[in-house]
Amino acid sequence: MTETETLTGRAGPYFGRFGGRFTPEALVVALDELEAGYRDALGDPAFRDRLEELHRSYSGRPSVITEVPSFARHAGGARVLLKREDLNHTGSHKINNVLGQALLTRRMGKRRIIAETGAGQHGVAAATAAALLGLEAVIYMGEVDMRRQALNVVRMRLLGATVVPVTSGSRTLKDAMNEAMRDWVTNVEHTHYLIGSVAGPHPFPAMVREFQQIIGIEARRQILDLTGRLPDVVCACVGGGSNALGIFHAFLDDPGVELVGLEAGGAGVGTGRHAAAVSGGTPGILHGSRTYVLQDEHGQTRESHSISAGLDYPGIGPQHAWLHDTGRARYEAVDDAAAMEAFQLLCRTEGIIPAIESAHALAGAIREGRRLGPDGIVLVNLSGRGDKDMDTAARYFGLMEADA
Amino acid sequence: MEGGRAGLSEEVRESGPGSARAVVERAGREGRAALIGYLPVGFPDVATSVAAMRAMVAGGVDVVEVGLPYTDPLMDGPLIQRATEAALARGTTPADGLSAVRALHGTPALIMTYWTLIDRYGVARFAEDLAAAGGAGLITPDLLPEEAAAWHAAADRHDLDRVHLVAPTSTRARIDLAARSSRGFLYAASVMGVTGERELVSSGAKDLVARVKEITDLPVCVGLGVGDAARAAEVAAFADGVIVGSAFVRALTDAPDPAAGIAAVETLARELAHGVRRSPASNRRRPVAEQPGGQR
Repeated sequence: MTETETLTGRAGPYFGRFGGRFTPEALVVALDELEAGYRDALGDPAFRDRLEELHRSYSGRPSVITEVPSFARHAGGARVLLKREDLNHTGSHKINNVLGQALLTRRMGKRRIIAETGAGQHGVAAATAAALLGLEAVIYMGEVDMRRQALNVVRMRLLGATVVPVTSGSRTLKDAMNEAMRDWVTNVEHTHYLIGSVAGPHPFPAMVREFQQIIGIEARRQILDLTGRLPDVVCACVGGGSNALGIFHAFLDDPGVELVGLEAGGAGVGTGRHAAAVSGGTPGILHGSRTYVLQDEHGQTRESHSISAGLDYPGIGPQHAWLHDTGRARYEAVDDAAAMEAFQLLCRTEGIIPAIESAHALAGAIREGRRLGPDGIVLVNLSGRGDKDMDTAARYFGLMEADA
Repeated sequence: MEGGRAGLSEEVRESGPGSARAVVERAGREGRAALIGYLPVGFPDVATSVAAMRAMVAGGVDVVEVGLPYTDPLMDGPLIQRATEAALARGTTPADGLSAVRALHGTPALIMTYWTLIDRYGVARFAEDLAAAGGAGLITPDLLPEEAAAWHAAADRHDLDRVHLVAPTSTRARIDLAARSSRGFLYAASVMGVTGERELVSSGAKDLVARVKEITDLPVCVGLGVGDAARAAEVAAFADGVIVGSAFVRALTDAPDPAAGIAAVETLARELAHGVRRSPASNRRRPVAEQPGGQR
């Protein structure tokens, strides 16, 4: 890569040595059609207008940025600004991608969508878009996640989606993705697999990034308007990495802006019980692309662990793997305890209840703010709201009435 | 896709001495389809799985597919998922697959697995170890020819079969790419979906084989869905080989103990071997005999 080459707009299938397509032959035609379909759609003003209209009048874009001075006092006094994706309809950034892909599904003449979900945020968003656009929706969700995110299961069902419990493997997000892939290879003729992250075989990583990059495009403009300059650091949590790439992308060619992806450190990377694919993994292949994976010496996927269902995934999108290799972005782990501390801090200081996923980014912002001091500006992607996490938080902080 | 395309244009070298192709073609000369049996190594334990593979051969299986269990088998149905999960829980490793290949000495054995395991083992080292174990080659269900340059080079160094797949949705161009990239035989997935027995093997399989035969002289073996002698006979009428997997796994799963499982596997192999001999040979296109150039 030369100095003059831009980092934005990479179309895949490869990001350096990562990405590609490791799928059954049966899916290749569908993947090729999808790639042609989304490129064609993005070049069509009518499609873009329809998507922008939905962003504006349905999901509430642009999302605001909020300065959080009381929280920032705990972050070395740096200015901390939150990109409020939690205020979107359905409560997270997931709606951005889902509306794009659901419109694309209709455009491709398919009438059924399937999706995997971990925390349920993507599942809820997919069920919402399906209800809006008259598509049948089947959502695969690990049995363990259905228990810890029960509220979102109810939301999906209210929206008319079928939620299928996945009981294989670790019964979490990776297994839900396996099951969705099995459905897709069987029903690909009339079904679109609406992947929720910047993971999976080409063209998913590039396409999902296209639909999520609006986060960073808006935030970059908003922060310039508010502060007159670019931030020193952008923090985002990373499971598969769609919210992170969504906010990073607009800053990739701003060399003065440090990009920090916060992975789920679980009980601590040293314990082996975590979900930090870059910090604690090695290059391998998972769900159709080459990327960093938590795996053992034989290439078997290791189970991930995180208090946050949405980050509980043993891989990471291939573009992140490449940004790590090139040094353009840093990936660091935040353990469960630090995430929950940041979670509570934002609740108490600012009256904002973040998703536990997003709390990992907040914990990263505290570290970065302390490093930068009062002259620093930290932009945080607050990717989702925490209503779905009340059960986990209540248990963690002992907020329930005496245990029944 | 850019990247791994290098090497695809060159002719695939003639099959090696241990190739599955010779056995499939010999079956053709006998006026029948070859029978190919799959079992994952390590289920219910390594010794039993290897004994079951040998029992398949005793019952009439011509070529053995040795499965390496993987944690995320997204192309497998529930039966093989459960079997491979159990194998992994007992600590089965890729090295056990190589031991199984060694134990099948005299019968062409191909390893079949998800690419990430070979990638992790090291493609060149795996090819070397597989060849040293007497293996015929590799079936790569999630390695598209576009991503396979390193494997193709390693396979060529050791005269190993490299079996790619075609599916009902494959275009003519993709069938051509898979055929040019394969050696030994071409694996035709009969239906869209994951592994598992089915009541009907769709007419799509027959169409697919016909489309493949327009393009290549490579033998075409059909897998997915075949579980009994009747289905095997049906497929043998138009394919050079019939691949059976889940039904063998079920024979082991349903048995009360390992010895009964091994016996059930042999019985099933015998029934299927009758099946592939039942169809009128005139319906099948006999493989073309020796031709100059790479494609025998």
